[in-house]
Amino acid sequence: MTKDLSQMTFPKASTPHPKELRIILANAEREDFDASLDCYTRNGGYDVLKKALSMKPEEVHQEVLDSGIRGRGGAGFPAGMKWKFLDRKSGKPIYLICNADESEPGTFKDRQIMHKDPHQLIEGMMITAYAINAAQAFIYIREEMPYGAQILDQAIAEAKAAGFVGDNIGGSGYSCELIVHRGAAAYICGEETGLIESLEGKRAYPRIKPPYFPAALGLYMCPTIVNNVETLCHVKHIVERGGKAYSEIGTPNNSGTRIWCLSGHVVRPGYYELETGKVTYGELINDIGGGLRSGRSLQAVIPGGSSSKIWRAGERFSGKLRNGTEFDWAIDDIPLDFDSPAAAGSMSGSGAVIVIDDSADIVEVLANINEFYAHESCGQCTPCREGSLWMKKITHRMANGGARPEDAQLLASIGDQIAGKTICAHGEACAWPTQSFINKFEDKFVAKADDKSPEPKSEFQMV
Amino acid sequence: MAFEPSSEIQSYTDDLIPRYPQAQSALLMILHAVQREVGFIALDAQEWVAARLEITPQQVREVVTFYPFYREHPIGKRHVRVCRTLSCALNGAYKVCDTICDSFDTKRNEISPDGRVTVEFAECLASCGTAPVVMIDNDLYENVSPAKASELCEQIKADTPASAPAAN
Repeated sequence: MTKDLSQMTFPKASTPHPKELRIILANAEREDFDASLDCYTRNGGYDVLKKALSMKPEEVHQEVLDSGIRGRGGAGFPAGMKWKFLDRKSGKPIYLICNADESEPGTFKDRQIMHKDPHQLIEGMMITAYAINAAQAFIYIREEMPYGAQILDQAIAEAKAAGFVGDNIGGSGYSCELIVHRGAAAYICGEETGLIESLEGKRAYPRIKPPYFPAALGLYMCPTIVNNVETLCHVKHIVERGGKAYSEIGTPNNSGTRIWCLSGHVVRPGYYELETGKVTYGELINDIGGGLRSGRSLQAVIPGGSSSKIWRAGERFSGKLRNGTEFDWAIDDIPLDFDSPAAAGSMSGSGAVIVIDDSADIVEVLANINEFYAHESCGQCTPCREGSLWMKKITHRMANGGARPEDAQLLASIGDQIAGKTICAHGEACAWPTQSFINKFEDKFVAKADDKSPEPKSEFQMV
Repeated sequence: MAFEPSSEIQSYTDDLIPRYPQAQSALLMILHAVQREVGFIALDAQEWVAARLEITPQQVREVVTFYPFYREHPIGKRHVRVCRTLSCALNGAYKVCDTICDSFDTKRNEISPDGRVTVEFAECLASCGTAPVVMIDNDLYENVSPAKASELCEQIKADTPASAPAAN
C-alpha cells in the first residue's frame, strides 16, 4: 500500500476567491507548501504548541472557551464546552480522538487538510491534548483515505523525532503518544460513540446517551474527547491569536472561519473557507461556485450534508432569530453559519452544500440518498434498520415506474416513526431526507404515480 | 489448514499491539494487514488473529462481517470502487460504472471473467467536488467521465495480466 509520498501531488486551489478568508487552508493550498515537517517549521510550525506549553492547561482551555468555536463535524456543539464536561474526578486516563472519518455525503474538507497540511492537525491535536491532559491521542481516519493515513503516519514520525509528539513534548514534561487508526468503510464510525466502539476493536454500534457520554464514559469507559479534524486545526489558531481575538472573526455565536464544500449541479464545485456568517448561500452557489449550468434552473439545495433537510427553490423563510432580529429570506439570502440554516428549518451540518437543478427527478434523488442511509444503518435499532430499508425500497419502486398516490404519505409516516426513536442520530439522518422531501415536494411525489415508465427521468441515472 | 502469517505480519502485529492501551483495539489494523497481504480474511486467518489478541474467533468474525471493506473471499486482482452517492450520481456515476463493467464483461460484485477486476459501488468517497470519482485499489481518480473510465480500463488491462478467475 505504501507509496513514495514525495512523488504524490494533490491539486491545489492556489488562488483564493476574493470572498474567501483562509486560515485553515492558508498554507495547505499554497503551491510552494508541502506536507514535510521542514516546510511546516519554516512557516512557523509548532510555535503555537510551544506557546501553549508555556501556559497552564486551563488557560489554553479558557482561550478555546473564549473563542466560542463550535464543532465543525456536524452537530456544531461548542468545543470548549465539550471539554468542560470531562470527568476529571474519576482518576481514569483521558483520551483524545480526532474524528477523521469524513463520510457525510457532500463533505470533502478534512481530506484537504490531512493530505496537504498534516502537521497543522498534529499541532492542533497536541495543543488540545495538553489542554485536556490527555494520556494518549488517536486519529481515526476512514479506510478510503489510505494515503492520508500514510501521510499522517510519516508526519507523526517526523514530529516525534523533533520532540513535538511523544515523550516530554517540547521539554515541558508533558507526554502524549499519537496513533493513526484506520476504519473499514462504515459511515456509522463518524458517530462518536460508534467510533469509540470501533477503536475498541468491535462493531461500530453507537452507545446510548445517557449514560455513555464520551466525556465521562468514552474509550475503555474512560473520559474521552472526540473532535473533528477542522475543529482541532482551529484550536491552533485560537491559541495563536487569543480566544477573544479569534471570536471577532465571523459573527456572534458563529465565530471563526468554516470550510464549505460545494457540490452537485454547479459550475465550480469545490471547498471554500469563508468567514462564518459573512457570506450567503446565494453568494456561495452563484458567485463563488459560478452558478448553475447554462439553461438550467435551481430545483433544490441540501444545505449541510445529505442528512440535512432540503430547501426547495423559491421557498421563503421568515421568523425571529435568537437575538430578536426578524428575518425574511430566500435561499440565496441565508447566511452560511450555524444558526441561520437552523432558523430556516434545516442545519449547516458538516458544511456540505449540494445543489440540485431541474435536470434531476426529485424522487430519484431521494431514492439515491435512501440507498446510502439504508446501507449504512448499523442494524442495532429496529426503527432505523427496518425503516431505512423500507424507505429505500419504496423510493426505488417509485423511481422505477411503480409509484402510487399514497406512497408520499406512507414514506412520511415511516420517517416519523424513526426520528427520535433510535440510540443514535442515524435515525434522524435517515428520516430527515424523506420527511423533508415529502414536506417540500409532496406534489411531485404524488404526481410520480402517473409515471409508469421504469426509465430514469433524471439527466443521469440515480439508482 | 491453519493460517501461516508472514514474518511481516508477525512483526507488524508485535509492534502494533503494545501501542494500544488494550490489545483488542489493534483488531481493525491487523485485519487490514492480513487482507492487504492475502487479499481476503478467511476463517483460519480470523482464528489466528483471535488467538493473537486473546479474544474469541466470534469477536473477530463479527467485526469482519460488519465493516464493508473486509471480505472473506477473494476478489479480482484490482479492486475498482465507483462512488454512487448523491453528488457523484448527479454527475453520471452510474454510467461510469456501467462503462467499467462492460469493458471487463462483468457485473458488479463479481470477479471479471479475465480475473483482472472486481467492480463495486462505494458509498461516498468524500471527494464530491470532483465527482464522479473512482478508486482503483488505493488510488483515487477524479472527474471520471465515461471516456476517462474507458481509458482507466485500458490502463488496467495493460498493467494487469489476465488469469482464470478463482471460484466466486
